[in-house]
Amino acid sequence: MSTSETPVPSTSPAGFLAIELDGAGWDGGHFASLGEAVLAAESAGFHAATFTDAPVQGRANALQRAAYAGPATRTIALVPEVDTVYTEPFHVSTQLASLDYVSGGRAGWIATAAESPEGAAAVGRSSVSGEALAQEAEASIEVSRRLWDSWEDDAVIRDVATGRYIDVDKLHYAEFETPADFAGPAYSVKGPSIIPRPLQGQLPVLAAASLVGEGQIPADAVDAVLVTAPTPELLAAEVRDVRARVGASVAVIAELDVVLHSRGQAAAERSGGLDGGRAQYAGTAEGLMDLLESLLEEADGVRLHPASLALELDELSRLVLPELRRRGALRPPVQDGTFRDLLGLTRPASRYGAAAAAAGAGK
Amino acid sequence: MTQHNRAKSGVFTPTGKIQFGIFFQGVNSGTIWKAAESGSQTDFESFRRLAQTAERGLFAAFFLGEGLRLREHLGRPHALDVVGRPDAQTMLAALASVTKKIGLVATQNTTYNDPADLAHRLASLDLISGGRAAWNIVTTDNAWTGANFRRGGYLDHADRYKHAEAFVETAKRIWDSWETPSGPARQVLHEGQHYTVDVTPRLPRSAQYRPVLFQAGDSPGGRDFAARQADVIFSAHPKFDDAVEFRKDLVERSLAAGRGANAVQIMPASEFILAATAAEALEKKEWVRSLQIGPQQAVAYLEQFWGRELSEYDPDGPLPEIDPVVEETSETRGSGFHGAKARQLADQWRAEAKDKGLSIRQFVSSRTARVDATFTGSYTAVADQLAEYTRVGAVDGFNISPWLVPTGLDDIVNHLVPELQERGVYPTEYAGSTLRENLGLETPVRS
Ligand SMILES: Cc1cc2nc3c(=O)[nH]c(=O)nc-3n(C[C@H](O)[C@H](O)[C@H](O)COP(=O)(O)O)c2cc1C
Repeated sequence: MSTSETPVPSTSPAGFLAIELDGAGWDGGHFASLGEAVLAAESAGFHAATFTDAPVQGRANALQRAAYAGPATRTIALVPEVDTVYTEPFHVSTQLASLDYVSGGRAGWIATAAESPEGAAAVGRSSVSGEALAQEAEASIEVSRRLWDSWEDDAVIRDVATGRYIDVDKLHYAEFETPADFAGPAYSVKGPSIIPRPLQGQLPVLAAASLVGEGQIPADAVDAVLVTAPTPELLAAEVRDVRARVGASVAVIAELDVVLHSRGQAAAERSGGLDGGRAQYAGTAEGLMDLLESLLEEADGVRLHPASLALELDELSRLVLPELRRRGALRPPVQDGTFRDLLGLTRPASRYGAAAAAAGAGK
Repeated sequence: MTQHNRAKSGVFTPTGKIQFGIFFQGVNSGTIWKAAESGSQTDFESFRRLAQTAERGLFAAFFLGEGLRLREHLGRPHALDVVGRPDAQTMLAALASVTKKIGLVATQNTTYNDPADLAHRLASLDLISGGRAAWNIVTTDNAWTGANFRRGGYLDHADRYKHAEAFVETAKRIWDSWETPSGPARQVLHEGQHYTVDVTPRLPRSAQYRPVLFQAGDSPGGRDFAARQADVIFSAHPKFDDAVEFRKDLVERSLAAGRGANAVQIMPASEFILAATAAEALEKKEWVRSLQIGPQQAVAYLEQFWGRELSEYDPDGPLPEIDPVVEETSETRGSGFHGAKARQLADQWRAEAKDKGLSIRQFVSSRTARVDATFTGSYTAVADQLAEYTRVGAVDGFNISPWLVPTGLDDIVNHLVPELQERGVYPTEYAGSTLRENLGLETPVRS
């Protein structure tokens, strides 16, 4: 969705921090509730919270957890993972638009493409892999984006004189069809959406950098990519490479596992639990500050995966974030700001509205 | 009689209590948008306000409806009524964080969902809300709705309850699969005509064991399905005699299904128009009706069945003398419009309107305003009327559709609920913290 937008993210001096609330280090038990955990992240000064949807025992649906956090928070963006392969694009689009409503425009979407035989078996499909995954993701993102645009912003008119609640000319059929070379079973989606346009117009869509680029999800289908490297040292270089590949209009977010010295326990003693091939920082708060400061010079944001939510969040909020703010490395959180604002994205007009206006002008 | 014996008993026994639910519709002409007091239908604040008011009034449940394609009118989206509603479970998950006791009921159909996915998401809502989730099972079946989904219109109308039953059985097995509260889960396999499911469930049982099941649908097949599977039926029979009749019918079906006479509760859809006095309530009703069905809505309603524009007809004049151009009404106006023969219907309606001397507007208002589902009167008179329902156990509760959002429950909670409490027929506190406890339902037996 970068066509009409100025690429602000890469030029902005200060970056943002996201926190994965329930990755490998989920210990929600330290918080009385999910709402409390998100509030702790918000008051620590994190700009975004993400919610994993990997099939882990005991973990509730990511989008619903994000929705639960919506009314409890004011500034933090809420960004769930939602699979694109074994889910219904129409449902996904409506659910995400609804998340935007319950969070006051702070919703985003990490579009994942599950290479999961379990996911396939659960819905009676054959397993999708390789390039077909990116095709499924691209199609699902496109369906969502068309449906979000299918109500123009001012479609609800409530015009008592004519008795019209909506202006039908401002509703549009999405008319999506999978392309002829689509690897999976072909499908179409009619539209319009059943919910008015999300507050942000379009939710920011994030995806793993490994899914985006040539022959995969086109870079202009996403707003931000999540970049992984095997070590902290390689991360900044990888961010630079990815940025060159995806172009300036896509925000780049570096992924970092974090284990800090905490409550007299050395980080190294606790660093065993993380995995996923991500760069890991284990050490003191001071060391992390320096690493983050330098990473934020390359990346628009960094997503932290704490080893233990309770322990790391405590250290991060007491030591790391205040110092980074003091050094000017972090954007100030904006109360009631949107996730698009955070990413430096303007609010796009509906593609259908723009088309209708152009057709009108040509008359 | 203890709760346990009551549910198992072969004889129906009234509880002497009623419960309220709120049904936030999101479509149709019932919700007024033209009044100055009418707020947003999509802003979360509207949902929060209604849910918190309902909870203040000790309502058992907050319901959200579902529709998966915008209703159309002569081939384009219908412009005149409230439309555009958020996803039920997403909204309810958000409401879970701003409420404590009220049940959260998501209407979700069995055709355009996958059983494992829906069961998992409902279990999520149940865990997130501390055991307050419920599923209002509906059975949308048409290709017109299917146009928004990967599977398209694959299911015959005749098969929809067969399919729904296999779907619900699978969901129940998914929720039942945990050996102990902390696991491990048993693998659930289902191989059906339309779905194959092979899943190892991930979520443990909630505080209420599993989501409460509501069913909405009225055909014999729908009632039998509810009698076999549901905890509560969201019925369309609120009028007293009709409600008593429906209770009898459902008790028979429950017994035939091998369940107790009290196993399935009944909560009909309803509308309340109340004031301090009877005269004021009648005046209010006139006002409500005029805003629900304006001249444009009245004509548009007929156009649905006539299959052509009727804008040349005076809304305050008689019904059109010309014949409809469609043989069958379509699905495009929503689930209430199944397959009535249009010409036959037009003849009937013309005769009825002529008989009663009704204009287009008056006639349509009488058809759409849920006349049968409306309680109009003073707070005390309506409270007396409802107390009478509890005497014979005609219903277990009412599912109220407010005609105004978000203030539409204020007078019910502020005035009607206290009257009912005084009469001893309405709860004075929540019985527990789960929906199952608050409805007085038994913990299900593991299947
Ligand atoms: C009170 C009531 C509320 C209903 N609400 C919905 C709804 O929100 N969404 C929907 O798709 N169907 C809804 N239905 C429709 C039913 O699910 C069902 O499809 C319809 O009643 C036809 O089924 P039947 O032939 O068994 O009556 C509702 C039905 C009733 C009686």
